[in-house]
Amino acid sequence: MQALLAYGFLQRAFLAGLFIAVACAVLGVFLVLRKDAMIGHGLSHIAFAGVALGLFLNVLPLAAALVVAVGAALAVVKLKGRAGLHGDTAIGIFSSLGLALGVLLASLARSFNVELMSYLFGDILAIEPIEVALAVGLAAAVLVAVRLNYDKLLFMTFDRESARAAGIKVGRLDTLLMVLTAVTIVLGMKVVGILLVAALIVIPAAAGLQVALSFRAAIGASAAVAVAAVVGGLGLSLVLNIPASAAIVVLCFLAFVVLFLVKKGRGVPPAAA
Amino acid sequence: MSLVVLRRVSFAYDGTPVLVDIDFTIEEGDFLAIIGPNGSGKTTLVKLVLGLLRPTSGQVEIFGRPPSALTDRRKVGYVPQKATHIDPLFPASVEEVVGMTLLSGSRPGGRTGREARARVHHALGEVGMADFAKGPVGRLSGGQQQRVFIARALVTSPRILFLDEPTTGVDAETQDSFYEMLHRLNRSEGLTIVLVTHDIGIVNKHVNRVACLNQRLVYHGDHEGFCRSEAFREMIAHGNHLIAHEH
Repeated sequence: MQALLAYGFLQRAFLAGLFIAVACAVLGVFLVLRKDAMIGHGLSHIAFAGVALGLFLNVLPLAAALVVAVGAALAVVKLKGRAGLHGDTAIGIFSSLGLALGVLLASLARSFNVELMSYLFGDILAIEPIEVALAVGLAAAVLVAVRLNYDKLLFMTFDRESARAAGIKVGRLDTLLMVLTAVTIVLGMKVVGILLVAALIVIPAAAGLQVALSFRAAIGASAAVAVAAVVGGLGLSLVLNIPASAAIVVLCFLAFVVLFLVKKGRGVPPAAA
Repeated sequence: MSLVVLRRVSFAYDGTPVLVDIDFTIEEGDFLAIIGPNGSGKTTLVKLVLGLLRPTSGQVEIFGRPPSALTDRRKVGYVPQKATHIDPLFPASVEEVVGMTLLSGSRPGGRTGREARARVHHALGEVGMADFAKGPVGRLSGGQQQRVFIARALVTSPRILFLDEPTTGVDAETQDSFYEMLHRLNRSEGLTIVLVTHDIGIVNKHVNRVACLNQRLVYHGDHEGFCRSEAFREMIAHGNHLIAHEH
């Protein structure tokens, strides 16, 4: 394994994977608690249209997906606020539209090929140096943005009305959270693919929330699960010659099951009336 | 000194009037109960003062400014109606909940972590919850959670505290000690308190002002005057109870 780690492609995979995993896990805790877990699923479908557009226009698919996903995230926020749509209807609309446009563009570009498959199912071992730089830089930017707004995001997630009364601009924070999620989703699709990236947002957060007694602990536990799953998944992929994306998601789920059982074993008392 | 002034304020939801022509002030040091039947506009009135809603017509001022122009929100504490209906699985510790108001204030870099922690623990001490600081808030009883939310509202040392139906779902014994605590904050700390309730019986021992709403402001004045008012007779006729005033 140590000898394997000397390979540049593996170093790139671990570096990008770890940064993206932490960004996904941290945002995931906020999204799950806001009952916005499906936003990752929706934005990943929209990102698919971006990838197809990149292939169609012959530009870096990751960059095209970034522009399309961030644009759609902003549109979702506007649509939720102005069109009076219920719950996750806005994300449902954009999710379906994204997938349809993706299929259309990929068909027009005649690019239903290996490259498109690598975005659908992830191929972190084939990540390019420029993609690593983009991934590490943007994931770090996401984490810095969350850190700078941590207290406000926590207040808004816990009690939106009191946060507004305390002068917090919750609309701006909604937009920030959606944009950060769109960026993270686009980065995550290189690790586990468009079809599985929502898992990297939701499952580590859901796992961390099983055992955490404070919000800070939930963030820490979620990040730890995501990092362990990425490291373990990449390792299993190399040793067993299986797809890294699937191994990462399955390990996330196993961590969820373990932490769920830990909570059951701990005998968490029911919430008092 | 008037902390809150409303001038001919009206508010409607989708064309349906909720509040009509409200003229009203809240003075420094008041312990005011806003009472009225369900749907009388009590919560709407508080939300207008806090700037969570905008009036359809009229003017609202808090600390001499429109709510949207109030820059130092730390002067205002708020415990919303459903504060005790929090998600019991939300992984927030008691000190995280109390620190939210303090740490997320709009004044950047205003407080160091150590100072913030000291204020959080002081506020928890004020409401008798200092021993619960590290525990998850979702596992506290309704009465204990309510104290934590009061601590969150007090941690910025506000000059006025709004509480919207704060004892819903809290047992009678806990309600008594809760109102004793509010009484002490009003009397010894000089905190202006505005309490929204549909049950004046329980608060009657402590408030010194009453505002009775039923779309319009049907009474605003001291407790004794309220007991002699037509508004009081109307409330009694509709089944609201009042116990002897003990001032």
